[in-house]
Formats: sequence, structure tokens, C-alpha cells
Amino acid sequence: MLGKTANGLFWMYRSLERAENTARLIETGQRIALTRLELGDSEWRSVLESAGSLGHFEAVHDELTKGAAIDWLLRDRDNPSSVLSSIETARQNARLVRTALTHEVWEATNAAYMSARELLARKVVERDLPGVLGAMRQSASLVRGMTHGTMLRNDIYNFARLGTFIERADNTARILDVKYYVLLPSASAVGTSLDNVQWETILRSVSARGGFRMEYGAGAGSREIAHFLILDKRMPRSLAFCLRKIRDNLGYLNNGQMRPGPAQNKALHIERTYLSHDIDAVFDYGLHEYIQTVLGLLAGLSGQIETDFRFYE
Amino acid sequence: MTRGIEQRVRAINAFLHDIYHRQEIIKAGRIPKEMIARNEAFEPRMIGVSPPGGIYTHIVGIDLVRTGPDDFFVLEDNARTPSGVSYMLENRETMLQMFPELFSQNRVKGVQNYPTDLRRSLSACAPDATGGRPVVAVLTPGIYNSAYYEHAFLADQMGVELVEGHDLRIVDGRVAMRTTRGYTPIDVLYRRVDDAFLDPLNFNPESQLGVPGIMDVYRAGGITIANAPGTGIADDKAIYSYMPEIVEFYTGERPLLRNVPTWRCSEPDQLAYVLDNLEELVVKEVHGSGGYGMLIGPTATKKDIAAFRRKLKARPANYIAQPTLSLSTVPIFARQGLTPRHVDLRPFVLVSPGSINVTAGGLTRVALKKGSLVVNSSQGGGTKDTWVVED
Repeated sequence: MLGKTANGLFWMYRSLERAENTARLIETGQRIALTRLELGDSEWRSVLESAGSLGHFEAVHDELTKGAAIDWLLRDRDNPSSVLSSIETARQNARLVRTALTHEVWEATNAAYMSARELLARKVVERDLPGVLGAMRQSASLVRGMTHGTMLRNDIYNFARLGTFIERADNTARILDVKYYVLLPSASAVGTSLDNVQWETILRSVSARGGFRMEYGAGAGSREIAHFLILDKRMPRSLAFCLRKIRDNLGYLNNGQMRPGPAQNKALHIERTYLSHDIDAVFDYGLHEYIQTVLGLLAGLSGQIETDFRFYE
Repeated sequence: MTRGIEQRVRAINAFLHDIYHRQEIIKAGRIPKEMIARNEAFEPRMIGVSPPGGIYTHIVGIDLVRTGPDDFFVLEDNARTPSGVSYMLENRETMLQMFPELFSQNRVKGVQNYPTDLRRSLSACAPDATGGRPVVAVLTPGIYNSAYYEHAFLADQMGVELVEGHDLRIVDGRVAMRTTRGYTPIDVLYRRVDDAFLDPLNFNPESQLGVPGIMDVYRAGGITIANAPGTGIADDKAIYSYMPEIVEFYTGERPLLRNVPTWRCSEPDQLAYVLDNLEELVVKEVHGSGGYGMLIGPTATKKDIAAFRRKLKARPANYIAQPTLSLSTVPIFARQGLTPRHVDLRPFVLVSPGSINVTAGGLTRVALKKGSLVVNSSQGGGTKDTWVVED
């Protein structure tokens, strides 16, 4: 496979995952804003932070309002991570790697793009927001479904998966980075049940509220949430889950060679050093420092993948 | 028609080989020397170069028109990089889905093997040193090119890589593509990039689309480029007027397909005739394509004709003229119902050592505007599925 093609696949699936994650963050922000009267617009600040674009937002806006935040995250072309920009990037990359995709995956990607362009052509009024976000998530899901259902399990698929899980791990780590303080043991005085609005925000941001309640029961608290998002290998958005998928796919790409490549070594290092202890070790290390370290390592891993597989040269 | 096309394609390849080697046809006085020496499409870097397998034009499109029940003419030869084959394939797919009953009632020859045939034909043209399975790739200018869809489509259908200039590099005297596991040499490059952009070291130094040094590898026999650089000399419109002589000279046979009578404006008496009859004639630029820069006398305004008269006098050698043909029509479904429109037909031909394969179908281009004779898609033309029906 061409290095350029691997690059295109990697970023196509990173962008699709990002579109979905950003849509989910907006959904969470809106839900919290509607159900908690006292919060005002401060929730949107942390939503923007979780999306990794607060700095950029503040550079082009004087004031942080709910409407401006939603529009920025949803459809602003100046924001490279907005839902619209991400879907456009995904489709642009899909065009580049058209020959590596099945007809079904291409059609689904193109349909996602056309529907985003139509639905996001104008500012979305609040009443339409749930419908529009639902449609975005559904069209991204269709691409994923077609990918699972029609693509050969070869290196093309491996690069698609690498992009997906690097982005997802990054997203989960960023949400934790922004909200880490509500998970500290000292913060448990704030609230002791799932009613704690901040905990709910975190769980909703990763579509894990139901799963968490089912597995851990209503009495669980911040320690369990941290464990769930970081170490639980059954939870498809946890760091441990994403890293295992990354390691597996790098392994397939290595084609059974005895010596692991540099990216593989980096993935193994993250898993062994940061994801194989229990959650108390994470708190002992310092949750904030831990997340910061992992975020840095993920960026390094992504760069190593680009080098190992000659994305650019 | 197939025999006529084969004959013409054989002649074109023999002509190209001759023009870039001994130039017998000029020595024999059948073509004036300046037609070649002063021709922009003549590529001096190809002099003395013998492409792998002796093939210059691996893929040819011969544009045919019909003016009466049995009157077919060759309107144009496309020996550089003929496009449109993806329309042929997609039109058939569409027809199969929309009118399945037609295909069960008629014995329509298939076109769906074209991508497989193309890959096989290209592979057969690989340099001699290539072992077993030659590595084939399609070179595209990129996603902003209007034919990118076709490039991606063909690469996909053939199951080969679609590369751009910056994916390629010369490694150990071979042209190689950057893969996730290092550089892999390419044996056959089906390029959809014009000659001028192919190699910034040898042609246009500004080109970002090509591969620096590819011409040197090519001249050393390290890669097959399809079609070969410099094939444009065989399909320019001034050379076209000599095609009957060219076919006769190299095949020793009478041409089976007729040429449209053509006046070369480079010759004073012919120019005089053209200037006197502009209202009746079609005037084309020698190097024009895509339906740009042409005059259709009978439908042109007085102003257009006056403008062309000036252009002709200023640079006569840049133009040829032909009678306005009454092209055949097919019905199309327009807003007012079924209505006739003019068409031409481009059958595709694959050439490899010892084999000339004419696809049983082709690209029928249709002028969508009423009365228009310009069928080019760049001028708003459409396309139609084209059947070859088995007896």
C-alpha cells in the first residue's frame, strides 16, 4: 500500500471519529444546559475545552455564549474540528484513497458529506439540534457499519482502525483532562451519587451512562468512573480498550515479524506502564499528571505511526 | 470496422517508430519534413528511444462518425491519453439496472472485462527484465483534475495503485512508489498526466505533477510509460490529413476506414479555398482538443467568422478545415419527449506486442443542444451506452 494511502485512511477515520465525538459533546452540553438551570454558559466553556478548541474559539470570539459555542462546534469552517469540517476532511481523504475503499464505504462517506452540507448550511435552531445531531451520528455510523461489513481485514482495515482508536483515546483522555478535578477523591464531598451533574457530563460525553450504571450500580462514585474510562477493557471508549486495539492493529501490520517496530514499542510501553495497574496507582501518580502524560504519549505514538509507515516521506 | 481500426492503429505505431528513428516516410517524400520538425507535438527526447515491446500507443480511442447508412469516417485519432472509458463502463452498469429486460432480449456483447483486459495488455508491455507479475500503477495529476474520477475508477477496477508524482522517486535506477513498507519499483506506469508535466528535469521545470528523472529511467528501458511520450505527433490534426498516406505507407494496404476530407491551411491554395468558404466549413486548431477553439461555419455568427478569418491569415499553419458533416443522430429523452441529437463514437483499442484488442462497445458522445455538432463533454455533451450486438 502507498504511504499516501495509509495516511489518507488514517485521517479519514480519525476525522469521522472526531465528527462523532464533537457531535456527542454538543449533545452533552445541550442536555446539561437544559436540565441544570444554575449552570449558565460555563458548561460550554468546558465543552469547548474537551473538544480541544477553547483557545481557538476565544481568539475569534469576544464572548462565550451558548449559541456561538454550538455554532463553532457544529458548523464553523474556521474550526478544523467542527462536525462539518471533520466530515469534509473525512470525505476529502476518502476521495484520495478511493481505490482502497469498497464501493459501499465510499457511498456512505459521500452521503454523510452531502447530508452534513445540507443540514449544516445554515445556523441550526435549537429545536432542530437533536434531529441534526442524530442525523450526523447516524451517517457516521453508517460509514463504520459499511467498513465492518464490507472491507477486507487487511492493512487497509488496520490503518482505518488505527485512526479510529488514536482519535478515540485522545478524545477520552481530553475529556478526563478537563474534568479530572471532579474525579479526585477530595471532590466526592460535592456529591455521592450519579446525580452529580459533573459525573453525568463525563459519562454522557463518552456514551457510557447506561453501561456504567449496569456494571457498577447506582452507589458507585468517582473512583469507579475513573476506572471505567481508563482501565475497563470492556468499555469501547476507555483508554485501555483503545490501546489494545492500537497494539493489535500494529501487530497485524508488522506481519508476524519477531521484532516489533518503533510505533509498536510505543504502544506496548503505554499499555505496560500506564494501563496495567489498578486505579489507585493512577490516583497515587496524580490523575492530572497521569492524563497529561498519556496525552503526550498518544501524540508521540501517532507521530511514530506516520513515520513508521511513510505517510509523508 | 474492427479491421479498419486495427489497421489504423498498426499504422500509427509504425509511424511513431519511424518518426523517432529513421524517418523513412519523410525520405520517401510522403510527408513534408516541416510537418514533423516544426510540430509542437514532436518530442526530440524520444529520438532513437525504443519503448518496451515496441509499443507507443497502448491505449487508443478512434473517433468515428456516420453520415449515411454505410458511410463511416474517422474524425480524429486519440493517441495521447484518450479518456471516457469509465463512462462506457458506468453507462452499461446503469442500463443493466434500469432496463434488465433489454439485455435478456438482446445478445449484447459485454464490456465489463475492459479493466482486466487493460491490466493484461499493460502488463504484456512491461520491460523485458520484469519477472512474473509486473507492477502496474496509474499516475494521476490528483483529485483536482476533472478526470480524477476516471483515474481512481480504473486503478480500482484493475486492482493497481493510484499514484501521484510525489509518491514516486527514482531508486536504484528504477521508478519506485513509496509504500508503507518502503519503495517498490513500478514496471508499467499508465500515466494520465500530459507529456509536458511528466518530468520536471526533462520537460516543464515548474511541474509538480511528474517525477524528476523518469525520462532517464525510461530511456534506459527501466519502465514502460503508457502511452509513450511524444505520441501526440500522431494525433495532431495536421498529421491527421496525411493518415491515408500513412496507412498505405506502413501497411501496404488501402485504408479500410475513410478520413474526412481535410484542407491544410498551411498550403496557400488550400488556405485560399478555406477563406472563400468559411460559412460552409468547420475550422479546427491543429493542436486543439475538447471542442475548444473551433469554428462551425454554418451556425457561426458573422462576427465569429470575421474573427476566424483574421486568425487564419495570421497563423495559417495552426488550422485545418473540413466540410461540415451531417452527423447521424440518436434519440434522447428531453423535456419535450424523444428528440434526435447528433453523436459520434469512440471505440477503445488496447495495444500490446502481437495483440490489438478493440473493445466491443465504446463511448458514444451526444451533443445535448439541439442541432449542435459539438459532442465534447467539456462543451456540455452527454454520453450513451453503446451496444455491439451478436448475430
